[in-house]
Amino acid sequence: MVTKINKGKNELMVTPGEGVGIMTAHSLGEPGTQMTMRTFHLPGVVEMVPTGLPRLIEIVDAKKKPKKPIVTVYLKERYKDKKKVEEIAMKIDEVLLENVARFSEDFKKKQVMITIDKKALEERNLGLVEIKKKIMGELESGIKMKHQRERVLLIAKDLQLRMLRKLTNKLKALHVAGVKDITKPVVTQDENGEWLIIAGGSNLTDLFKIPEVDPKKSTTNDIMEIYKLFGIEAARNSILEEIHTTMKIQGADVDIRHICLLADGMTADGEIVSVGRHGLSGKKPSVLARAAFEETVKHLVNSAIHGEEDKLNGVTENILIGQPVPLGTGLVKLTMKPQK
Amino acid sequence: MAKKNLETEYIIYLNGKMVGTHPNGEELVKNIIQKRRNGEINHEVNVEYHKKLREIYINSDGGRSRRPLIIVENGKSKLTPEIKSKIKNNEIEWKDLVRNGIIEYLDPGEEDTMAYIAIKEEDITPEHTHVEMDPVGILSVVTSQLPMQEYNSSPRTTMACSMTKQALGLFSSNYNLRYDTKSFVMFYPQTPIVYTRPQKVLGAEKRIGGNNLVVAIMSYRSFNMEDGIVINKSSVDRGLLRVEMFKTYSTEERRYPGGQKDKFEIPAPTVNGYREETAYKYLDEDGLILPGVEVKGREVLVGKTSPPRFLEEVSAFGIAEEKKRESSVTLKAEEKGIVDSVMLTQSPSGNKLVKIRIRETKIPENGDKVASRHGQKGVIGLLVPQESMPFTKQGIVPDLLINPHAIPSRMTVGHLLETIVGKAGAISGKRMDGTPFGGVKEDEAKEILKQYGFESNGYETLYDGVTGEKIEAEIFVGVIYYQRLQHLVSNKIHARSRGPVQLLTHQPTEGRSREGGLRFGEMERDCIIGYGATMLLKERLMDESDRTVQIVCNDCGSLAYYDYLKNKPVCPICDSSNFSQIEMSYAFKLLLDEIKSLGIFPRLITSNKTEE
Repeated sequence: MVTKINKGKNELMVTPGEGVGIMTAHSLGEPGTQMTMRTFHLPGVVEMVPTGLPRLIEIVDAKKKPKKPIVTVYLKERYKDKKKVEEIAMKIDEVLLENVARFSEDFKKKQVMITIDKKALEERNLGLVEIKKKIMGELESGIKMKHQRERVLLIAKDLQLRMLRKLTNKLKALHVAGVKDITKPVVTQDENGEWLIIAGGSNLTDLFKIPEVDPKKSTTNDIMEIYKLFGIEAARNSILEEIHTTMKIQGADVDIRHICLLADGMTADGEIVSVGRHGLSGKKPSVLARAAFEETVKHLVNSAIHGEEDKLNGVTENILIGQPVPLGTGLVKLTMKPQK
Repeated sequence: MAKKNLETEYIIYLNGKMVGTHPNGEELVKNIIQKRRNGEINHEVNVEYHKKLREIYINSDGGRSRRPLIIVENGKSKLTPEIKSKIKNNEIEWKDLVRNGIIEYLDPGEEDTMAYIAIKEEDITPEHTHVEMDPVGILSVVTSQLPMQEYNSSPRTTMACSMTKQALGLFSSNYNLRYDTKSFVMFYPQTPIVYTRPQKVLGAEKRIGGNNLVVAIMSYRSFNMEDGIVINKSSVDRGLLRVEMFKTYSTEERRYPGGQKDKFEIPAPTVNGYREETAYKYLDEDGLILPGVEVKGREVLVGKTSPPRFLEEVSAFGIAEEKKRESSVTLKAEEKGIVDSVMLTQSPSGNKLVKIRIRETKIPENGDKVASRHGQKGVIGLLVPQESMPFTKQGIVPDLLINPHAIPSRMTVGHLLETIVGKAGAISGKRMDGTPFGGVKEDEAKEILKQYGFESNGYETLYDGVTGEKIEAEIFVGVIYYQRLQHLVSNKIHARSRGPVQLLTHQPTEGRSREGGLRFGEMERDCIIGYGATMLLKERLMDESDRTVQIVCNDCGSLAYYDYLKNKPVCPICDSSNFSQIEMSYAFKLLLDEIKSLGIFPRLITSNKTEE
């Protein structure tokens, strides 16, 4: 039994001298070419989230913000009732003033009329007075505010027209309730039957302040946010998870170790590095390898200034000068000492 | 001028230029068309009416491809039975039809914006404005020459169109007087048994390219899988699809500034770059080769000498010596043939010009490309002697065997139909009409086959030519027109083991004409790295490419050179006597040189590999 396990383990191990990097590149690159030809979009679920190649590029390029950030919120308590969960979902949904009020500008009189929709307020359990207070808080000096029931009239005699428009835009985007940036929450169940909320936008910091939210299980697809909040190891796992799921959705069954290597490479420096000119490829230790990749002259001149030395440990540089690559059969060094 | 409201006015363009406006565009357009039909306006005038844009384009200039259509008014064709009978009796001719507003020519603009064209006379409704003279009218010049395209899938029709353009045949009847750079003439071209009516109209039957072949749809010992084609060698020997290739080489006696000029002659041994005496053995006194001579690659066709590239320095004897340069025209390395004709004439600038036509017979061989007119192309995979080919009970032996797998996924039903109709035509001795949307129906062909005692579905019982055994399955045999396409292996075949290298990089040259190597590219490189076969990689990329051994100074790291006078290596920078021989790719040496030219000094740090 033990020998069997050992045998299996040995079979799974990588052979010494195996070019794991190029294997990763091949294994991820080949399904990548397939993807371009059949990029399906997943219909139905919440919103259009980039999948397939666009998403993969997004991850690999280490974009600051994903195109469509999505948070998955788990709750501390295991509710059986969907309604309770929906209540929480409503609570985290960001409400802006423009969602609950109508605006009309009068440029002649330099006035802005805000009509608050009472029904919308009731739907979201919001008080009229609170909103009015919030509006008041946003106002600069020189603007008068009159209000009567659900109507608020702002008079700004001294403002330029452009500033007036600026004011309305500012008020439209006024945060009224919910968690900032979180939009369109949808309540669903996971495979274990647990209720969870999927929502657009990503703001874990503020989400975790809500008592019902389980900070241990809730996640986002925004890798940068995970990095900022939880650190580099979490970011590595997140990259791994994201690439793995995108590949899986596409039907490409890539060995997880390839993705591990990519994620390790992207996070090895303690911060997320993109793959490409400004990232991994641009940070190769070898001058010749960098020069062979992109921006040849820049690398040559800079290395001349700093007096760099190329140790010739990589693949590209050895091919370039015509030496055996230290990989596979080229890794073995055997010397024979002639007997004297 | 009164201010016009451009919101309601129609803008009129005449031959692309705006000439004015009109308040009622529709009426104007109707008037123009009516007057054209009445003969008051020239029939070459066309109008385009863009209702939404409120624009009217009137065109009477050249460059519009126009086509004739029968006019329909109130749901009735203007070409009435009366007129039809008049045409039959030769009472009226085409001109009258155009003049009397029965037929008019439309340009693409008018066709797109004004016309609603019925394909057949039966289809006419009150909305229609025109009817096609024949349903084939909707097809292009090329497509209408291909039979039974309405039974094929559209991609195959597209492919068939582009392939007929590559067919070799009788491209011109004065080919003997022509000096095209490259041309092909078929030995025994045939008109197709299954023709289309437009072929006759277009004169395509005089510029044919192909043979009617007896084709069986069966496999033959795996030699026709994946679009391979097995062909009857005996048929080939009898001249099937045989083609002559003509190639013209030309050169002229060019004049240079300073009054010097080239000269056609057998170069004197003193000439710079003189080959050897035997190289000029085919040339006549005038330096031109004689017709009828068999020539091989790199042999001289025209002996020519040119003045030196740079002006001669004054020699010790006072006067500049006439040192001429050899600049003969030779046959390309991979070609051979017989000198067909030599023409001596004058170039437009008045120089002596010679054109030499080489001819070579191209017999169908393994690797040549053939195709039917249904996008069914294939490459010859085997030539089988007639006695080894399968045969029918009457002793009919197919010329060509195609694989049955070529049919279902491509849905080229037209191919099968042409086979069966062609068979009927061949048996009955009649040419068959295969015009799309018309022509011979499948049932008619079947009826003919029945009459002559053949299976109506085209099946035959075949017997194996090698064993003589009856082949279990019934096999579909018929006659179909096949074309030989311009891609001949003999013009493409190429291999290299050793050969010329480029001057700059010392790497092998590229391309067949330069006897070049095949590129071991980046992706191939990646595969070998992935496999870990490092030494193979080094062999491909260096040892078999541009390996050099350079002397490197161990002290300063610069490339040294070997001084043959002092018989020792010399470092250009320091006085070192400590060198190592380093094996590297010439491209890297070049890179080092170029980096040096950037003002950067690259040093090579040497060490002993065994002591690392």
